[in-house]
This record gives sequence, C-alpha cells and structure tokens, in this order.
Amino acid sequence: MTGALSAYRIRKYGASVVLLFMVAINMAVTPNFTHINTLWNVCLQSFPVMMMAIGMTFVIATGGIDISVGSTMALSSIVLAKCLIFQHMPLWMSLVLALAAAAVFGLFNGILVGAFKFQPIVATLILMISGRGIAQLFNDGVVISFYGDEYSAIGVYRIGGLVPIQVVILAAAAALAMFLMRRTTFGCYVQAVGDNKQATYLAGVNTALVIVSVYVANALLAGLAASFETLRMCSADPNNIGKAIELDCIAAVAVGGTSMTGGRARLIGTITGALVMQLITTMVNMNNVPFAFSLVIKAAIIIVALYAQKEAA
Amino acid sequence: MDDDYIIEMTNISKRFPGVVALDNVDFRIRKGEVHVLMGENGAGKSTLIKILTGIYKQDSGGMTFEGRPFEPSNALDVQRAGISTIYQEISLIPQLSVAENIFIGREFKNFGVIDWKITHKKSSDLLGELGIDIDVASPLGSYGTAIQQMVAIARAISIEARLVVMDEPTSSLDEDEVRVLFGVIRKLKSSGIAVLFISHRLGEVFEISDRITVLKDGALVGEYETISLTRGELISKMVGRDAASILEGAGARSEKAREQFVRASGITSGRRLCGLDVAIGKGEVVGLAGLLGSGRTEFARVLFGVDKYDSGQITVNGKQVRFRMPKDAIRSGFAFCSEDRKTEGIIPHLSVRENILIASLKKVSRFGIISKSKQNEVADQYIDKLKIKTPGREQSMMNLSGGNQQKAILARWLCVKPQLVIMDEPTRGIDIGAKREIEGLIRQMAEDGISVLLISSEFEELVRNCDRIEVIRDGANMKTLVGPQISEEGIIRAIAGSDAPRDES
Repeated sequence: MTGALSAYRIRKYGASVVLLFMVAINMAVTPNFTHINTLWNVCLQSFPVMMMAIGMTFVIATGGIDISVGSTMALSSIVLAKCLIFQHMPLWMSLVLALAAAAVFGLFNGILVGAFKFQPIVATLILMISGRGIAQLFNDGVVISFYGDEYSAIGVYRIGGLVPIQVVILAAAAALAMFLMRRTTFGCYVQAVGDNKQATYLAGVNTALVIVSVYVANALLAGLAASFETLRMCSADPNNIGKAIELDCIAAVAVGGTSMTGGRARLIGTITGALVMQLITTMVNMNNVPFAFSLVIKAAIIIVALYAQKEAA
Repeated sequence: MDDDYIIEMTNISKRFPGVVALDNVDFRIRKGEVHVLMGENGAGKSTLIKILTGIYKQDSGGMTFEGRPFEPSNALDVQRAGISTIYQEISLIPQLSVAENIFIGREFKNFGVIDWKITHKKSSDLLGELGIDIDVASPLGSYGTAIQQMVAIARAISIEARLVVMDEPTSSLDEDEVRVLFGVIRKLKSSGIAVLFISHRLGEVFEISDRITVLKDGALVGEYETISLTRGELISKMVGRDAASILEGAGARSEKAREQFVRASGITSGRRLCGLDVAIGKGEVVGLAGLLGSGRTEFARVLFGVDKYDSGQITVNGKQVRFRMPKDAIRSGFAFCSEDRKTEGIIPHLSVRENILIASLKKVSRFGIISKSKQNEVADQYIDKLKIKTPGREQSMMNLSGGNQQKAILARWLCVKPQLVIMDEPTRGIDIGAKREIEGLIRQMAEDGISVLLISSEFEELVRNCDRIEVIRDGANMKTLVGPQISEEGIIRAIAGSDAPRDES
C-alpha cells in the first residue's frame, strides 16, 4: 500500500518538486532572478502555453489530444487584427469574433472526435495542417502590424501599473478551470469519459457532448491566448504565431502528471509543468547559453517525468 | 495409450490476481477427432486455449504433444509444432490478397523475388481441396467472414497443422456458411487433422463433434463421447449439479397479480434476437435463463438502449418507447449492471464517490455545480447501506475487490431511484459473501417495488431469486416458468426442449 501511496505522490507532487528545483537553480545562477520583473516576464512568456495547456488538460483528460491549437491561434490572431484595424470594430466585438472563429475550429475537431469517433490525433491533424492556411488566406499571408496604434497599449497594460493583464486573465482561467474540473458535473464527466468511456455512456452521460465541449473550450482558450499575444506584440502574424506550441502544451500536461490515456486531470500539475518549461528557457536565455540547450534540457525533464509516472502507474 | 492423443494437458492450474482460472484441469484430444470444449462464462475455456496456444503459461501442470513434452514459450513455437489457431476475430490481413495471406512469411521466391505464379497456383489448389473456388489474387477483405475462415483454415493446412483450434468459428456465420465450414471440418478430420472447437450452439455441437469436454468454474466436469450424452445431460453438466439431484423447495414465491411495468414484444435484431417477448411486472424479479449466446445479454442491451433492434416494440407503463441511448432508458427509470464489470462498469481511476454518483450527479447539483456536502452524504449513505468495504469514499475504485466494486455499481443505480434494474451476471467473479449480499439486495429491491430483470448463467441463482423465469434459446422464447415450475431441472428441460425454433440437428 505504501508503494501505491508513494506512486500517487510522484504523480501528484513530482512536477512541484521539479519546479522548486528549477527556482533554486535559477536563484543561484541567474542574475536578477529574484527581481519582480523576472516573475512577470516568466508569466508573460509562458502565458499562451499555459492558457492552452489548461485547455489541453481537459482534452487529454477525456483521452483525446488536440494538435491544432497553434493553427487556431493563427486564425484568431488574424481575425482580431482584421476586425480591429481594418474594419475599425470596437475591441470587444473584435475579441468576440476572434473567439467565435476559434470556437468554429474547436467545434469541427469536437464533432470529428466526439460524434464521428475519429482518432483525436488524426482529427486535429486536419486543422493543424489546413487551419494555418485558412488563417493566411484571410489576409493573403500578409502580417498585420499596428505598432504605435491606439490599441498598442492594451497588450502591455499593467493593472495598478504592476501586474500584467495577461497574469490576471491566466489566473482567472486557471481558477475557472479548477472550479469546473473539481466542483461541477462537467468536470466529473470529463474525467470519467477519459477513464472509461463505455461505462460513463452506460451511466447515462452524453459522452459525445462532453467530448465536443472540451475541444471547443480548448479552442476558446487558444483564441483568447492568441488575441492577447497579438495585442501585446501589436502584430498578427498567421505564419508564425503559435507554431509548434501544441507540443509545449502537451509536454506541460505530461510533466504535470495527467495520464495521456485520460482519466484524472491534474491542473496544478499542468500549470507547474508549463512553468518548469518556461524556467528552463529563462535560465538558458539569461545566462547566455545557446537556446538549443534549453530544448535538450526540456527533453530530459520530460523523460524523467514520464519515467517517474510510469513507475507510478 | 499415449499414442492415441495428439495433445494431453495434465493437472493444469492457472491463477490470476483474485481468481483461480483453472484448477488442476486435465484435457486431451485424440488424433484426428473433432473435440468441443464447452462451459459457461468464466468456466476457463479461453484460459485453457490460451495455455495450449502459448499465449499464457500455466502455473503448474504439463503438456505433451504427440507424446513429447510440449512447453511453448510463444505463439510461434506452437505454430511450428503443428497447432494452428483460428480466433473469433480472424487474425489475417484483409488488405493483402488471399494468396498472400495463406503464404505470408513463407513466400515462394526466386532470387528474393516472390514467384506469384507458384504462390497463386498453390493457393488455388489448397482452397480447391476445401471445395472453395475463389480468385486468390483478390484482397481477402473483399470476401465474407466464412471465406476468410476458409482461408485461415487453408493456411493452417499449408503449414501442416496437426491440430486446428477454432474459437467460436460459427458465431458470425449464417446457416449456409456453417454447412460449408462443417464440410471442411469433416475433410480435415478425414485427413487425420484434429479439430478443437468452441461453440455454444448445442445443435452444432451434437452434429459435428466426436467428444466433448465440459469445464465449470475453472474445474473439469468431465470428458464425454458425444453420442453418449443427451442435450439435457450436457446442459446440466455445464451449469453444474446433476439433473437428478436438483429440486429443493423453491421457497415462498409470490404469484400475486402485478401491474405490468415493461413489456418488450417481438424484439428482433439480426440473427441474435428472433422475436423475443418479455414482460416485467412492478416489483417482480424476472429471470432470463439461457446459455451463452442465447440472446440473454443482447436482449438486456437492447432493452437499455445500448444496441439497436430491427423490429419489435417496448412499452413502459403501456406507453411505447424507443431509446436512442442509455440516457433515455435511465429517464424512463431503467438501470443496467453490465456483465462486464471491468470494461463497462467501473471507472477505475476515479473515486468510489464519483463511481457511485456518476449516474445521478444532477440530483446533487444545481446549475451543474455539485454540492460537496450532499454528494458526500449520498456516497457515505450507500457505502454504509450496501456495506461497501473501502477505506473511504475517496479511494480509487480500482483498489476495491470485485464484490465491492459490484456493490458500488449497484449503489450507482440505486441512487437514480430506478423502477427497473437489469442485472447481467451480477455475481460473476465475486466471492460467496458478496454474492449473498447482492442476492439480498435483489430481494430488498423487489420488496421496495423495484422490478428486476436478472440474467445469470447459474440457474441456481435464478431459481433462488426469481418470481418468474423466461427461458430463451437462439434469441427466441422457449418457455415461461412460474411458481412450482421454477427449478433448475425445469430450466434445463426447457432449453433442451425439442420444440426448438431452429438449430436442430
């Protein structure tokens, strides 16, 4: 029984231990690491990954995966910029349309996986490939830049002159996600579907609807992340925004201890996992070590995390 | 004489965590005979076959093949020795041609290049011997199941198999295809190849087999010459107890008139259900008795809206219903404990609390937000009421014993305040104590006015608990047993009954 208990602990606290370890190393070697601005930078840089890793945790908890989030970001980004800059729509309306576009992608994925029972990786591969193309077609592949525009202040807005707006959005998204997962029927259904879909279906749950919902939610988070990234950088670049970001999101979920085959979701683990990934990049960048090293270290962390969890399972 | 037997397995035992799958079983097949292995669910048939074909290793006991010790370490050893296995789901490759499937891994080559002429010729010849004339260059997948089975058999012959093992080969065949298969089996037999065959269809067993081995609950019941057995004798051997020694007082059985709750009439679905009628009264415990493959589970699934049906109708309180999914059935007051607890019952990594509440979360929540205190209260109440042994409601379901998992699943259904609980093999694979408790719950439910449809391959269990028993065979009603007619012997007689709708030899 102690074996099972310690296995459980590895799954639950493994990522936190690694995070503490990363913080400790950074405090020792990285100049100015303890400065408050470093914290905000880490948060800002990991913002899109964290937002989508939260959504990805829901998707993976149902036993699925979504590799199209990078393309969804590209779509939302270009829709937002077009509405805001070219159509001169109000910000709120542009945001709503950017999110609606993302939701359409999510719905497409969800219906393929939930109703037509396509394999998730193949179903979402469709939009991973074509979604970015669709986004590029919106503005013939041309980047929309609005630096110095009236909107350029929003993305770098700091609440009380201190806390970046992205941090607030992220905190709200994380809190809502945790509430959904732990305290609502939806959260219970999500995890039950991933753990034993047939048993959940026989218990009277509309499993297809649950699956569609998580893909839509994940796409909405991608849309929100893309919108604020676009506003912060004052440019919508459908060719590059969110490229390969799905891999970072999946890695964060894996390191965080949610089983890739579905079931119990570990949202705190996911957030911790995303922070670990970002701290590796920060450490490497701020110590003038070539960027390529960070990729190797990330891979090593993923291997260790998955091995520990394999032992745990 | 050892020489008579192609395979002899002696004192074979195999345990899995929590179950003894095989307990000192002896099993042997004579050279060139058609041997049938029979038994209900959990009898140990598939475990025995898997040991014979090298998929499992026995914990104790030994095997000889043609008189020599036989210790296969994998499926390839078994094939090399001359045993060929044809599984229910055919393990060939549908995208490749018929010829490729027959000779895969053993292609005829000239300097490394496959000689298609010889390959196709040899394939045609082999199939010709079995009386099958098809285009061997076409993909295997373009032919029906029966032909695919013939191809698997042709492959078996081409590797000079001495024993061909077939796991329920007729389950997906129609009458004509069964005839063709039996023709092939007879040809194999006449050329000295032994055939081991699993089937649940009595007519087929009596038609084709020379000898029968019966297993029950992991133990050997006996080995019989087919001609020495009657149908009734065979059934009673499968379900245990001699037909003669049965019949005790069936206990006080209420035969009072009941208001009808559910009526299913003329339910037909493919070949599995052929116009089945079942009516269930309020607070009545109705048993569905039949052998494996009789349509008992298929009916339960149709009734609960899991599987579709072709024709027939279901009424609830006199109103016609058509369920699209289990959710609809639950709304009409139905509940369903699947026979397969592991893949269709438990949600293993979630807590006992979540497992109990999954079907009734709406009752402990408002606007989708679950009330923590309410759900804890409900979970604790049922853990207490059903005496579910668990360290606490937050324990992972997978850590519970089979019996306690089953009780938790029953709790799940009691939570929805059902009017009809369909229970498919509710006591399979659980210990005797939990079995008694579950039977007690069935009676309790009936007293509380809940109807129960009970399916069990243990006829004793049906006799003990049911007010009325519907005996079915091959998807059709054989007889309804009520009051003093309810006995194991009565069930066996009804199943064996000569007024069979089909499948007579």
